[in-house]
Amino acid sequence: MPASPSTAAVSLRSVAITFGPKVGGYTAVQNIDLTASPGEFIAIVGPTGCGKSTLLNAAAGLLKPSYGEVEIFGARLHGLNGRAGYLFQQDALMPWKTALQNVAVALEPKGVSRKEAEAKARDWLRRVGLAAFVDRYPHMLSGGQRKRVALAQMLIRDPEILLMDEPFGPLDAQTRQIMGNLLLELWAANRKAVLFVTHDLEEAIALADRVVVMSAGPAAGIIGEFPVPLPRPRDIAEVRLEPAFHHIHKEIWASLRTEVQKAYAQGEGASS
Amino acid sequence: MNRLKLILLQVAVGLGFLLLWHVLTAYPILAPTRQTQFFFSTPLDVLTRVWKEFASGEIWRHLWITLVETILAFAFGAGGGILFGFLFARRELLAAVFDPYIKAANALPRVVLAPIFALWFGLGIWSKVALGFTLVFFIVFFNVYQGVREVSPVVLANARMLGMNERQLLRHVYWPAALTWMFSSLHTSVGFALVGAVVGEYLGSSAGLGYKIHEAESVFDVTGVFAGMVILSIFVILIDYVVTLIERRLLVWRPAPSTNGQG
Repeated sequence: MPASPSTAAVSLRSVAITFGPKVGGYTAVQNIDLTASPGEFIAIVGPTGCGKSTLLNAAAGLLKPSYGEVEIFGARLHGLNGRAGYLFQQDALMPWKTALQNVAVALEPKGVSRKEAEAKARDWLRRVGLAAFVDRYPHMLSGGQRKRVALAQMLIRDPEILLMDEPFGPLDAQTRQIMGNLLLELWAANRKAVLFVTHDLEEAIALADRVVVMSAGPAAGIIGEFPVPLPRPRDIAEVRLEPAFHHIHKEIWASLRTEVQKAYAQGEGASS
Repeated sequence: MNRLKLILLQVAVGLGFLLLWHVLTAYPILAPTRQTQFFFSTPLDVLTRVWKEFASGEIWRHLWITLVETILAFAFGAGGGILFGFLFARRELLAAVFDPYIKAANALPRVVLAPIFALWFGLGIWSKVALGFTLVFFIVFFNVYQGVREVSPVVLANARMLGMNERQLLRHVYWPAALTWMFSSLHTSVGFALVGAVVGEYLGSSAGLGYKIHEAESVFDVTGVFAGMVILSIFVILIDYVVTLIERRLLVWRPAPSTNGQG
């Protein structure tokens, strides 16, 4: 069914997710109301262990909310979210397939012929800068290159929603910047709704249209939403130098700081 | 340079052993030579016998029989192991119900089955194949079972998010993961297929390497027994080499193999 422009791509309504028994289990997130419009880039930041990934998994349909509803383009989500692509924090490529096979196989569920899929995969690998590495197996690629393959694997299906769970977390600072710019470039060419989870506030501001701040867990919730009115196209490295960036950073950090300290204190308490 | 040194050392150990054997059997050091030669033969006699066996062409028939038994035992054992490993890993209930029986069957020393198999399948190759099968099956079964169950949850979640259905998951995720585990046990399972064949032949047959050794033993032909063992060793090394080649070809995607020197 075609979605009207006003329909949200993703809409979480009063979502709560509890692990373990219904009573006395661990409540990761609670009272989550979050809406992403088509083409909107949303970054979710919060202290470690606040359930950011849990939220993403609910939007992907990998986790069923214990309470509340997930709607995708106005339709209630049952099972996996077929209109979303997911970029995992960990390595999720099939280690027994080459870069090309990993990307091409993403089109198999859509019924695309093998030959056509490989041609498209080749093109996507070129777009993420891996034209010379199509026949490498994942273990022969660097962490950044593996992420590029994963990015191509996700984007080749042309999903309407992109879910990203600290995708550049394991990479070094420079590679992160390069990957961030690559992501923005690809996204600008074909805008999708994005939910981008990160613990790095600077990364969140540099990338997103809107930054959502979560409180420390357990039973984490959304404690603030901040628009990022920085002009696009942006360069991840340069945008950080603008006065407006500092202004936004200061504003968000004010609400995030207490939560980070809370989470840190809990962590200290748990480990001692 | 380092490699050359290693090979030289390896050869030195072999030659040293042969020399020691020769000296102790050629000269009356521990006991009269008649006695030591009866119990231990001499390296020269053994090598001459090995040479004669190959030169006369008599041994080829036996090698062929043992090879056929080994290959059949491996093929059936691996096939069954993969099938049931898959089935049990994907059907929790089945695995839980059959768990004690599988453990019991696996705990049974297979040698006691040899006479039964001889009774059921006769003294031809099939009783040996059956014995090898019981050895190979469990190794492959446990490995495939483990492999399918321990598929990385992230890789699996990612494949699901790519929209793969159960059949596609089987083909692109579970199957390759299971094969990896099977191949990691390839050396062991091929070795056990051979053990099954040789032990089966030893216990009752009219052809094969095990039969040759048993025949020599029954007339106290120690030279013949040792010659049979030498031929068996060469045979095993060759088979293992072929397995290594196959493994290298099929597992190209794996990170550089750890240096546990199996091949």
